Amino acid sequence: MRKKTLELSVGLFMLAGFISLAVLALNVSGLNLAQEKGSYTIYASFENIGGLTARSKVTVAGVTIGRVVNISLDKDSFSGIVEMSINKDYNTFTTDTAAAILTAGLLGEKYIGLVSGADEEFLQDGGRIDDTQSALVLEDLIGQFLFNKVNE
Amino acid sequence: MIAWIRSLGRSGLGTLQVLGRSGTFVVQSLCGVPKLNKALPLLNQQLYAVGVLSLPIIIVSGLFIGMVLSLQGYTILVDYGSEQAVGQMLALSLVRELGPVVTALLFAGRAGSSLTAEIGLMKATEQITSLEMIGVDPLRYIIAPRLLAGFISLPMLTLIFNVVGIGGGYLVAVDWLGVYDGSFWSNMQNATDFKNDVMNGIIKSIAFAFTVSWIAVFQGYDLVPTSEGIGRATTKTVVYSSLAVLGLDFILTAVMFGDF
Repeated sequence: MRKKTLELSVGLFMLAGFISLAVLALNVSGLNLAQEKGSYTIYASFENIGGLTARSKVTVAGVTIGRVVNISLDKDSFSGIVEMSINKDYNTFTTDTAAAILTAGLLGEKYIGLVSGADEEFLQDGGRIDDTQSALVLEDLIGQFLFNKVNE
Repeated sequence: MIAWIRSLGRSGLGTLQVLGRSGTFVVQSLCGVPKLNKALPLLNQQLYAVGVLSLPIIIVSGLFIGMVLSLQGYTILVDYGSEQAVGQMLALSLVRELGPVVTALLFAGRAGSSLTAEIGLMKATEQITSLEMIGVDPLRYIIAPRLLAGFISLPMLTLIFNVVGIGGGYLVAVDWLGVYDGSFWSNMQNATDFKNDVMNGIIKSIAFAFTVSWIAVFQGYDLVPTSEGIGRATTKTVVYSSLAVLGLDFILTAVMFGDF
């Protein structure tokens, strides 16, 4: 009897440990295995990506539909290439879709906002967005402002 | 002057000898392949003593640490109007740092000291020598189950500590202070990465588990078999393992999260 309760409590302890791992994975870190499968990749090149990082959100009208997977530099044009993974349910972006790097709040995180265009054709897996708007860099803005003041 | 240099050399050699002894000790006790049907009951018993009996202190301190973190974070963040970030702060600080470290410190105090005292008393009352006399290897029969139980239970306790802490923080932030439920979780999930944060926390706690149980069991096995020796070894266990955990934590954090 004594041995049974001992084994039972050890079993419950181990079970609690594994359940905690599952809670940490699913509830705290938001690990979602199903979402990774149904997605396709599109690229966009920006003159300046500002503070955009991998895992940043990709949104349309404020709704998150994917995320940034990878950021690299194009050696020829010296522009930043952003690789985005988009949920497969949203595959009706036209080829003239515009992408902009936006900021949440005044000092918040950077994310990508997409605005669909009016073209007939849709972006395919591996497609590329040409109409892009770079991140707002505060230093450039202040510089421009000062320059205009001086010119006045 | 020469005497001073000699004493330095002597203490260096002594330290090296202890290190070597403890190294061969841990390798010898873990290398023997045990028969599973005989080893499992022994391991079970130690898992109960080391893991299950540590649960109350881990759960209670996890709950309070989560609650305090939440309360402190809220009072600071509310000034900037970003009290939803409490979830993010809570999860990251618990999963990355406080969970593994605090659990390891509590484990050293609760389970490590009792392991040392238990093995020390066995040695002082010559139970270990008697085992050797009747042909049972004490390293495999006494030491190995305790070491393994330590390795297994500390990561488990850390996971439980993290979850309980986040639960406590949720209680304070959402139910008491009125942070919005949805942004609490979504901020947390956006900020926490499974591989970088949760897995690194687990790796940390496995390293701590190895360190703490090694120190505890070796101090018990290597002590001077008197009542005074047992007292001194128990203190040493707690002091050494706390220092080792904190030092190791800095190194691991620098390797895992530092940018170089």
